[in-house]
Amino acid sequence: MRVMAQMGMVMNLDKCIGCHTCSVTCKQAWTNRTGVEYVWFNNVETRPGLGYPRTYEDQDHWQGGWERNRRGRLRLRSGGRASRMMRIFANPKLPSLTDYYEPWTYDYDTLISAPAQKDIPVARPISQIDGRPMQIKWSANWDDDLGGSPEHTIDDPILKKISKKIRLDYESAFMFHLPRICEHCLNPSCVASCPSGAMYKRSEDGIVLVDQDRCRGWRMCVSGCPYKKVYFNHRTGKAEKCTFCYPRIEVGQPTVCAETCVGRLRYIGLFLYDADAVLEAASVEDPTDLLEAQRSILLDPHDPAVLAAARAAGIAEDWLDAARRSPVYDLACRYRVALPLHPEYRTMPMVWYIPPLSPVVEALRDTGFDGEDGRSLFAAIDALRIPVEYLAELFTAGDPQPVKGVLRTLAAMRAHMRCVNLGEPVDASIAEAVGMTADEIEALYRLLAIAKYEDRYVIPSAHVEIAGQLDELPGCSVDFESWSPHGGQGLGGGEPVPVAIQTFNLARRRAQADRFADLEEEQMKGES
Amino acid sequence: MKTFLWIIFPYICLTSFILGHVWRYKYDKFGWTSRSSQLYEKKILSWGSPLFHYGILGVLAGHVVGLFVPESWTNDLGISEHRYHLVAVSLGTVAGVATVTGLVLLIYRRRTTPSVFRVTSATDKIMYPLLGIVIALGLVNTIGVNLFGLGGYSGGYNYRNSVAVWFRDVLTFHPSAAPMIGATWSFELHALFAMLLLGVWPYTRLVHVLAAPVGYAYRPYIVYRSRDAQGASRLPRRGWERVDQRVSVKRGRH
Ligand code: HEM
Ligand code: SF4
Ligand code: SF4
Repeated sequence: MRVMAQMGMVMNLDKCIGCHTCSVTCKQAWTNRTGVEYVWFNNVETRPGLGYPRTYEDQDHWQGGWERNRRGRLRLRSGGRASRMMRIFANPKLPSLTDYYEPWTYDYDTLISAPAQKDIPVARPISQIDGRPMQIKWSANWDDDLGGSPEHTIDDPILKKISKKIRLDYESAFMFHLPRICEHCLNPSCVASCPSGAMYKRSEDGIVLVDQDRCRGWRMCVSGCPYKKVYFNHRTGKAEKCTFCYPRIEVGQPTVCAETCVGRLRYIGLFLYDADAVLEAASVEDPTDLLEAQRSILLDPHDPAVLAAARAAGIAEDWLDAARRSPVYDLACRYRVALPLHPEYRTMPMVWYIPPLSPVVEALRDTGFDGEDGRSLFAAIDALRIPVEYLAELFTAGDPQPVKGVLRTLAAMRAHMRCVNLGEPVDASIAEAVGMTADEIEALYRLLAIAKYEDRYVIPSAHVEIAGQLDELPGCSVDFESWSPHGGQGLGGGEPVPVAIQTFNLARRRAQADRFADLEEEQMKGES
Repeated sequence: MKTFLWIIFPYICLTSFILGHVWRYKYDKFGWTSRSSQLYEKKILSWGSPLFHYGILGVLAGHVVGLFVPESWTNDLGISEHRYHLVAVSLGTVAGVATVTGLVLLIYRRRTTPSVFRVTSATDKIMYPLLGIVIALGLVNTIGVNLFGLGGYSGGYNYRNSVAVWFRDVLTFHPSAAPMIGATWSFELHALFAMLLLGVWPYTRLVHVLAAPVGYAYRPYIVYRSRDAQGASRLPRRGWERVDQRVSVKRGRH
């Protein structure tokens, strides 16, 4: 057993109102730079819907993640090392900008500088890619709240897996939001796809990062990730991805998306896992066994044997203490209400989701039933095949049983707490029906409904002895474009120099330009 | 003049090639990338780039054989100059045509796609013409001189007795301009422009060639790295050291 610690996140989808606050704050923190205009480390997609980039879940097409070959071994879905290197010169599975969307700004200056005229001047959209006027045809959230459905929704790869007949009434039946960040997988296919070894998993906390000094822009990681959560910075020519806000995590603060989440639905904490068991767990034959395989390598932080092995592996006491108080371990393994997104990609994702019960409750209410009554809820979970199947395609490789199990637990909690809140006698059979005690149900309720900041985020800080080496040091310059979140993290000597000589002048002009248009003019002058 | 062209100039270029890479590695790791433009344009690239790269890698392999394997070796193996030439010229022609087609596509794409043209840097504007000239002259050598007997070399020009000897002499530090006397103009120009290209190489996007990911074949799929290792290798700028870093800190794993 080789114990390693992993930062994990759980999101309670019932509470997500799709406000996109997380996306916006994340963007302000990490990707409001040239080259990553189209990039959302955190995005919130409406399901059913196409996702971002469009149809990224269609792995028959994109070939992200791993697959199990006939001999029972894992290999990257996009092929062996050699065959992938043959395709390095033009990567056939790289999404193009249109699959994300072409980022744009507006020609605001016209509003002020246009001469007096009969018509009111308008600010036309301008492409941030080629600087020319453009027609906006798509964005990261074009199908938000089922906008444009069924025209777009029909192409949802998950819907396509569910039979056609079901689709139509399903669409009117429900909708929910799915916030996504990088999964910081235990078996990351992005890392495996990187030819230059620039991507790595931090051995202390499992955060997956791109070393900006070692990345050579081969852009194979982008296609390797089945969640499409590595992005190519088209100006620096380097890959970038969600960093799990590691500078904040190192000092014990939650990620920006979690901190600012309006629904307070995100939980951050530690998992302890057996690194030696990852490959075997990811290789189980039946995809529907992957959920349990994934849970099985997460170690019980209360088990003395685990603690001893963790200490032997050099994990500090305060980290073990945090692991014992970890809300994410409790939700994923103790109450078993959190499920991984697409375990069938075999990357062992470490951002977990509590599937939403609200579609069931709403359907029940719409038909005039009591949406908080345990028995009708249980019955509805069994009867409403379509939402359950959809959720199962997302979280359990298509197996409806675990999803039903979670929904029943959530339903039981709802019914139980209504009794408590109304001062009615508690019906013990409700808790029993889902294999829990009344106390356990109430503990789960506290964790899901009223957990305070310290209970939602149990993040041990990185160690004082090495605090001097943390990357928050003011070592990299933000004066220039080529500054990057992980700039200067590389091994090897030399001071970090915030300049890419090839693009030095471009970068400087850009940094000094007042607005987009200035740069354009200057460039035109230079070129003509 | 001969001394300058065939002795001094090559050494200036080769020094620049080596020191340039060292300098770039030391100070501009962040700028060391293939600078892919696939996100902007995919269609032409998916033809042009593989054609060009497979072509140029073939050409490169041909150069290694042509320049580093002396004629006496192949003679000893019983391969006649004529047979050698036949193979070299035919393979060279295929690779050369692929390279040129690819490069034409790539340059056409670069000029006509607004988003790609927009990110074309000054060094690109020096590099592409230079690369084009070197490749074009190379093609004149292979197809023009050796295949069609341009310049009166109906049996093909034996560069292995001249250009190759000169190049090996330069690399082994016994430089001499003598082997180049009597070489055809196209071979001379090809060699000179190639030297110039090597000289500017490390300051252009061509640095990506030296980063070719050979190590990928040998490393385990999943890379783990410790934060300790990163911190330790990263020296803060002068004046920006943390107070607790000025005294030596005990580094422990946690
Ligand atoms: C040996 C391994 C090599 C690898 C793995 C490699 C890989 C790449 C990659 C990934 C790109 C980016 C393509 C894109 O835009 O997406 C590229 C571009 C380029 N490579 Fe290479 N390359 C290699 C060798 C060479 C050589 C030997 C040369 C020429 C001497 C060369 C010249 C170029 C040029 C000129 C471009 C720019 C193409 C354009 O966008 O116009 N490469 N290379
Ligand atoms: S989700 Fe994150 S860690 Fe997992 S493969 Fe994608 S980029 Fe890598
Ligand atoms: S901030 Fe919270 S509630 Fe709002 S979209 Fe993001 S995850 Fe959902």
